[in-house]
Amino acid sequence: MASEAATSAVSASASKSAASAGPSRSPAYESYLRGLRRRAMHIQAWQVGLVVMLLVLWEVAPRMGWINPMLTSYPSAVARTFAAMFEDGSLVTHSWVTFVETVVGFVGGMVLGTLCAIALWWSSFLYRILDPFIVVLNALPKIALVPIFYIWLGDAASIYAMAIAVSLFVTILMLYTGFQAIDPDKIRLVQLFGASRLQVLTKIVLPGSVPTMISALKVNVGLALVGVVVGEFQAAKAGLGYLITYGSQIFQMNLVMTAIVVLAAISSLLFVAIQAIEATVLRRHGGGGAS
Amino acid sequence: MLASSASAQPAVAIRDVTLNYFTPERETLALSNVSLRVERGEFVAIVGSSGCGKSTLLSMISGLLRPSRGSIEIDGRLVSAPSPRVGYMFQKDTLLEWRTVLDNVLIGAELLGLDRAASHERAIDLLTRYGLGEFLHSLPSQLSGGMRQRAALARTLCPEPDLLLLDEPFSALDYQTRLALSDEIAAILSAEKKTVILVTHDIGEAISMADRVIVMSRRPGRIKSEHDIRFPSSGETRPSPFHARKCPEFSGYFQTIWDELDLHQVQ
Repeated sequence: MASEAATSAVSASASKSAASAGPSRSPAYESYLRGLRRRAMHIQAWQVGLVVMLLVLWEVAPRMGWINPMLTSYPSAVARTFAAMFEDGSLVTHSWVTFVETVVGFVGGMVLGTLCAIALWWSSFLYRILDPFIVVLNALPKIALVPIFYIWLGDAASIYAMAIAVSLFVTILMLYTGFQAIDPDKIRLVQLFGASRLQVLTKIVLPGSVPTMISALKVNVGLALVGVVVGEFQAAKAGLGYLITYGSQIFQMNLVMTAIVVLAAISSLLFVAIQAIEATVLRRHGGGGAS
Repeated sequence: MLASSASAQPAVAIRDVTLNYFTPERETLALSNVSLRVERGEFVAIVGSSGCGKSTLLSMISGLLRPSRGSIEIDGRLVSAPSPRVGYMFQKDTLLEWRTVLDNVLIGAELLGLDRAASHERAIDLLTRYGLGEFLHSLPSQLSGGMRQRAALARTLCPEPDLLLLDEPFSALDYQTRLALSDEIAAILSAEKKTVILVTHDIGEAISMADRVIVMSRRPGRIKSEHDIRFPSSGETRPSPFHARKCPEFSGYFQTIWDELDLHQVQ
């Protein structure tokens, strides 16, 4: 879905620049542009075709008895479940729960991670002490903590904790590395104007790290969703992760597949949103460092 | 320019400055017993091979770095921290790419807490005079290398420093831009009657721009010799850097300083 959006954006910008080029276009350039458009259309057609092929195969294979429909369900059955759950409102409720938990999780992970990275930047002594622990915690599979979080924090809080835990340490490491990569001459520049350490942070280090923060955000959206779903497997009374476990326990593959489709939609939505933020912020930011 | 040299107090007085710094591997003597007087309105160039400590000396004059021994005074006052009366230009333009050109120029005023309206006016005036009037609200990434370095000069001059420290400000530019820009900057600085210390490894740049060239030895950095640069052939006034390069005196100075630098031993 995201890649479709990206290709259509590319073709849109290509046609826009072609329009602005004015009347003096040579036939060779015209045919080059036509070639570009044709190629973009081919790629999109293949992407749609692939989805259709997969859906047809998924519908046909169980009906022909090639595979057991108990294990896979059918797209038509999934669509019926989807429609029914949409009508009685339960789908919206469960999706909303998961969506909110994910957003809270990655915003929490970002904010907490940024604060930790600032603390480490502020005191290199602290960084030297904590560095090995952060590396180990980052490498630790956070999924292993789900039962502990459930026992300590209960059902609701443990899901948020999971979403934050999954993204926190990556954020700290990414941002700290970004802070360290700031051109030391830019820091000297503001120090020459008498800047305090806080001013170095707010005038140089934080604004200079905006591209790093966007990359961290992109990584975190995916990770937070993983954290939330895994947390819901264990703890929840609602949410798409809960639907997946519940559906598999009662052997209702329709339910499981519906939840997975919605999850894919949510992750695409979040990814597209982050891409939009990235495009606007980086344009205002000067398009990265030319210096 | 030389009229003020008789006055008692120099703009910069460096007395017996020594600097050593430590790394876990070794102790390095970077500068050894450097003494130098720079008069008000004088343009002094310091040349030396890379690693001779000339940039370190500039950092100490700016107040970012303290000497291990000795003292540095600006206008009779001991340097202990960066001062708004000293302007510094880096090798790279160090423009902040997320700020517009105008906001880049105003960063000094912002941090020093200077009057907003007056600084704003001065920044616009400087940028307009340096040919960047149409680019006030552009981002640095939209400027060429020479324009970026002119914007950096405007940023340095906006808080009206008396002393300018130039740390190889042209070395990141291509040759043509470098010649054109050093001409422009020399004209701007002599019109504003600033005291300037230029650090460079480019002998031609030093001779063409400075009233006096200081040659530093390799590590530990020491002052090896000093050369007053005069171009009697071009009359009373000092020629522009571009014309100075064509004066008959130029090649003589160049040869003398080249021999003293012993560059061929380095690379």
